[in-house]
Amino acid sequence: MKKTIIPIGPYHPLQEEPEFFALTVEGETVVDIDAQIGYNHRGIEKLSELKTFDQSTFVIERICGICSTSHPFAYTQAVEDIGGFTVPKRAQYIRTIIAEGERLHSHLLWLGLAGHFLGYNTVYMWVWKLREEVLDVMEIISGNRNNYAMFKPGGVRRDIKQEDIPVVMKKIDKITPTLKMLFKAVRDDPVLHARTKGIGVLSKEAAIDFSALGPTSRASGVARDVRKDTVYGAYHEMDWEMIVTENGDVYDKVVVRILEMLESIKILKYCFGHLPDGEIDIHIKDIPPGEGIGTHEAPRGETFHYVRSDGSNRPVRHKVRAPTFMNLPTYKATVKGESIADASIILAAIDPCYCCTERMAIIDPKGRRLFNGTELVRLSQKKTDKIKQKLGVEESPIEKLLQGKL
Amino acid sequence: MKRAEILQDLTARFKQDIIEVYDKSSNRVYVDIQPEALVPFARYIFKELRARFNTASAIDNRMHMEILYHFTIEEIDLLLSLRAKLNRKKPVIDSLTSVCQAANWIEREMYELFGIRFKGHPELKRLLLSDKWPKGVYPLRSDYKEWDKTAVRDRGVK
Repeated sequence: MKKTIIPIGPYHPLQEEPEFFALTVEGETVVDIDAQIGYNHRGIEKLSELKTFDQSTFVIERICGICSTSHPFAYTQAVEDIGGFTVPKRAQYIRTIIAEGERLHSHLLWLGLAGHFLGYNTVYMWVWKLREEVLDVMEIISGNRNNYAMFKPGGVRRDIKQEDIPVVMKKIDKITPTLKMLFKAVRDDPVLHARTKGIGVLSKEAAIDFSALGPTSRASGVARDVRKDTVYGAYHEMDWEMIVTENGDVYDKVVVRILEMLESIKILKYCFGHLPDGEIDIHIKDIPPGEGIGTHEAPRGETFHYVRSDGSNRPVRHKVRAPTFMNLPTYKATVKGESIADASIILAAIDPCYCCTERMAIIDPKGRRLFNGTELVRLSQKKTDKIKQKLGVEESPIEKLLQGKL
Repeated sequence: MKRAEILQDLTARFKQDIIEVYDKSSNRVYVDIQPEALVPFARYIFKELRARFNTASAIDNRMHMEILYHFTIEEIDLLLSLRAKLNRKKPVIDSLTSVCQAANWIEREMYELFGIRFKGHPELKRLLLSDKWPKGVYPLRSDYKEWDKTAVRDRGVK
């Protein structure tokens, strides 16, 4: 059959950021893909060489607007690794709190966008409303809704006030039930199952070969999480679970992210409840010559920073490796053999499939009563159950995993 | 295998190829190797020790073109960095794409930013820089000079 090339991008409504994809298709089937990046290249590695170690933290924070903490987290660890500095425990806990709050809002942002891409704007509104609560928590702690400016080599810049903790805890407790309600809606929706199960499968071998990271690898059965694998922050001081699923399709990636949010809430609660007393900064004066590596599990996977110092106050070389740099090439493995319609789903937001219960306003003919939100949710869940029975969604192991969590 | 056993095994297995082992801390080890031995060395770490390829980072240290290949062995929480020093005038090294797909993009990045050639790379072309960028100008080399006279720059940059 004749081969055709379909260009997607650099600017496309389905993409959050500019990338260019050339899809080679045969009829409806994708046979090859070439990704071109670089439209957002700002030369930050070069820029960082011209800033002092302290200034670099702020530059690095602006690499990504969504995971603005992941890069400073990895960078400060790299700088501390050069001189073998140890950060006080309280600072480690505060760092962990910021990082997990960020994971929560980043996953929520992704879920909302995914719903929006599919035309389920109800999801978009619900999830982003929930995300506001998380951003409020971050604002109470750091004073900023994004780009928190909390990190510095040797500790954190700002302490958490004791009187803020009950307020924040209350807010987090309020988030959890709404999250669970949303997740149940995802689990029950047969349309979501139909569109995401068995689509864009990344096999375990491919995930290892591409060295895929974060939820992308964990959904393919590769148990890989920097928070578990190495000791940093406060992650090793509490009980939490690394979510790993086996199928590697789009649905599994959705499930991994959803369950990770609940784990993040668990970690946040522990950190707030067990915040140790003490210093928050060790006031590093000079960075000795040498080299250091810092890693952190960002919402999308491992962020990697390599810093070399020659004893002056500026890094000689600063290498930044974001997780998507490793995850994006896996498209080559996932998109081949799929149809064009599914390719755009796999490409658009990695795994954007998400949908939620329909929302409607019903007036009771007798009482003329408008149903409230809870009743509408209940009604739509009833409706989903009906569709489920009709379509017959069977229980798979992953379903059981979800059942236990929600 | 434990950390010490793995390191001992590596030093015994690649005795001729290792120039120096720098055991920095409990989870950071740097190994200087002969550039020619990179592919078998990396293959052994990636396939047999089941390491993960983190990334590679090149540095122009004015004497050499230095590349560090970072691998993580997750089971023992060890970040192993292989260091290969290349001739600065004509930096060439074998490509790691035969070992793992993960090395593909980072080698393209080093090729365009440092001008290092990777022998055996399937598609050694530009990844990040724009098409307007002149050939033979490598922005992260130490002797890089600003070429675009019309560009508006930060005050700190000359």
